[in-house]
Amino acid sequence: MVMRFSDPFEALLNFQKQLDARLASDWLGNSTANMGGYPPINIFQQQDDFVAIVELPGVSKTDLTIEAKEGTLRISGKKTLDYQENASIHRRERLAGRFDRTITLPIRIDPDRIKAEYRDGILALFIPRAETDKPRAIEIE
Amino acid sequence: MAAAKELEVQKKRPVQSSEESTAPVNIFLPTTDIFETEDALSVLVEMPGVEKGNVDISVKDRILTIDGRIDFQKYAGMAPVYTEYNIGNFHRRFSLSNKVDASKIRAEMRDGLLTLTIPKSEEAKAQRIEIS
Repeated sequence: MVMRFSDPFEALLNFQKQLDARLASDWLGNSTANMGGYPPINIFQQQDDFVAIVELPGVSKTDLTIEAKEGTLRISGKKTLDYQENASIHRRERLAGRFDRTITLPIRIDPDRIKAEYRDGILALFIPRAETDKPRAIEIE
Repeated sequence: MAAAKELEVQKKRPVQSSEESTAPVNIFLPTTDIFETEDALSVLVEMPGVEKGNVDISVKDRILTIDGRIDFQKYAGMAPVYTEYNIGNFHRRFSLSNKVDASKIRAEMRDGLLTLTIPKSEEAKAQRIEIS
């Protein structure tokens, strides 16, 4: 499916509304262990498969570890701030530290075929649904 | 060590400005650090999802303006099922003191982090005074 945007502002606004509508939805189940925590995650459905988009600005690829096991994804790593010595601080808003987050997906996935891309501070995890989990058309005999 | 701390989620802050854009889209204030060294002012701006080519930096009347546009067409064909954050463009302005030379600004974008280095003007560099 190719979306066409005649008015980019309106398209962005609509997309922002869609994102708000699914804010902390119950898709991950009601277990509190799944929700919140760093880094923030958005999960999308793309045809049969799923995509998790994670914002990690300023984290370098080498400081990032992703593990997948059955229906569980684990994203861990560290974020460091590079300050020169003797720098005087005018404004400090960015945070540094470790993170370790595990989410359990309510679908059966194929962990061997998960692909990860990291670019511009965004981690995209392409999560294929297990073949056994995909809906099947039943032929009537 | 600061790096041993657990990271917390920082909620995105929408831009509060006197003028509004015509469409009511969310525009966010990027999280920013500013520090000063002996010869320059460094401005570090977090704009996840913004490509190098979609950053605009300008200085006019000593106001530094930073704009970052996300390419949300990358989300075409994707339907959200669970979300924890919203996306949007970034915008932020800072007034610069006349101690820096805005014509010599250097910019670098890496992992969604914009680093601006603004050298201090010659007069503003700290002069060490020897006692005779």
